[in-house]
Amino acid sequence: MFYTIKELVEQADSRFDGNIAELMIETEIELTGRSREEILYIMSRNLEVMKASVVNGLTESKSISGLTGGDAVKMDQYLKSGKTLSDKTVLTAVRNAMAVNELNAKMGLVCATPTAGSAGCLPAVLSTAIDKLHLSEKEQVDFLFTAGAFGLVIGNNASISGAEGGCQAEVGSASAMGAAALVKAAGGTAFEASQAVAFVIKNLLGLICDPVAGLVEVPCVKRNALGASFALVAADMALAGISSQIPVDEVIDAMYQVGASLPTAFRETAEGGLAATPTGRRLSQEIFGH
Amino acid sequence: MNHLKFQSVFDIIGPVMIGPSSSHTAGAVRIGKIVNSIFGDIPEEVTFHLFNSFAKTYQGHGTDKALVAGILGMDTDNPDIKDSLEIAHQKGIRIYWDILKDSNAPHPNTAKITVKKGQKSMSITGVSIGGGNIEVTELNGFSVSLKMNTPTLIIVHQDIPGMIAKVTDILSDYHINIAQMNVTRERAGEKAIMIIEVDSRDCQDAVNRIKEIPHLHNVNFFD
Repeated sequence: MFYTIKELVEQADSRFDGNIAELMIETEIELTGRSREEILYIMSRNLEVMKASVVNGLTESKSISGLTGGDAVKMDQYLKSGKTLSDKTVLTAVRNAMAVNELNAKMGLVCATPTAGSAGCLPAVLSTAIDKLHLSEKEQVDFLFTAGAFGLVIGNNASISGAEGGCQAEVGSASAMGAAALVKAAGGTAFEASQAVAFVIKNLLGLICDPVAGLVEVPCVKRNALGASFALVAADMALAGISSQIPVDEVIDAMYQVGASLPTAFRETAEGGLAATPTGRRLSQEIFGH
Repeated sequence: MNHLKFQSVFDIIGPVMIGPSSSHTAGAVRIGKIVNSIFGDIPEEVTFHLFNSFAKTYQGHGTDKALVAGILGMDTDNPDIKDSLEIAHQKGIRIYWDILKDSNAPHPNTAKITVKKGQKSMSITGVSIGGGNIEVTELNGFSVSLKMNTPTLIIVHQDIPGMIAKVTDILSDYHINIAQMNVTRERAGEKAIMIIEVDSRDCQDAVNRIKEIPHLHNVNFFD
């Protein structure tokens, strides 16, 4: 088992020639006693749900509250116009992330990666990587094991829960996991993947969880969209050979410390931040009448 | 290894679930499902005590629907979760909500659930720790620590001499290794609970044998 990112990188390099997915599979066998076949089967099923959620989320229908729904379609139409400022790969990831989180808000079927509120980032960057890098079925499954390996360390040393650590723990973790998996999928080293994790978390450090009306909709859908774009940019930075001055394990520790210091108003209670704005309060009043 | 909150890649990539919140929807389904498994029956009456974040945002996240869905035996990916309150109503289950917004539960996402059917009742306190993962911290007044991410046997039995030996003998017969064991009771001679975390997922034959032990009230196996 690896307890830190440093150990994760060292073990992947020394035992599996830098293959983090293989390290994660072997570790999963050790920890859970499940067979390799069973582990691969469960991950393939999760992969199918994730890919389906990208497709099924791309509709104009609204959530029950009416707060979200239809933005992924707007981005889709804008992409088709061909007049975008950002690169098509980035905006496709943005569209896909919104599609998944809009579906989630409609009580649709998603795979929590690591949570449902942050379920858009990983399938979004994965589906983009599949097109861009022509990933095989095995490479797609490996992408998820790599992402999960980094997520395990983040979850165990900091948090993946908005109620505990704010949104940095949810979209921050999801985006970081996606960035690391992208680096590996693009042929980067385990160390480079770990640097992408540091870049994303450093930039989302302190991000609060402030859902309007307590719903996983505003600002969650758009935070997943931008979280997906961060993953792509951070992966490119790491692949360019840029490294973090603060070691990634210290960055994760900082995320834990910051999360623990956040007042409860900023940890999924819908009492602070955007939820407490005049408009946030009005929307809550309109939806729940209190 | 046991101090680790997450011990499987599927705690991070998963579960496959009906939205919108892994902690407030999927985690809540799982807490309810444990009640369903241990109680072994659809209750006549359920009271939910919700604390902190659960209390403040339960409607928005469908936590109420999720907890009831779990009590009805549904899994996190069941599309009927949306309609669970109606289904429970049709089954004639009485549901009460105790919303404790200003409470100081140790973890923000905590629910205490009591269920009743005739003379039979039980209580459980569950915590949703993120990503759909849960911990059970109280069972029928006993303080416990159940992560539910390793194969676990929960056995409710009469507190009389020899019960532990009978159970462990059977596990030994089936070459099932015990990773951790926790025994607790209401009062000497009354009901006791044995919680055994094991290394094997293949426990059904052993469970069937354990069920035949006299003075044993019920056995549940969670893989």
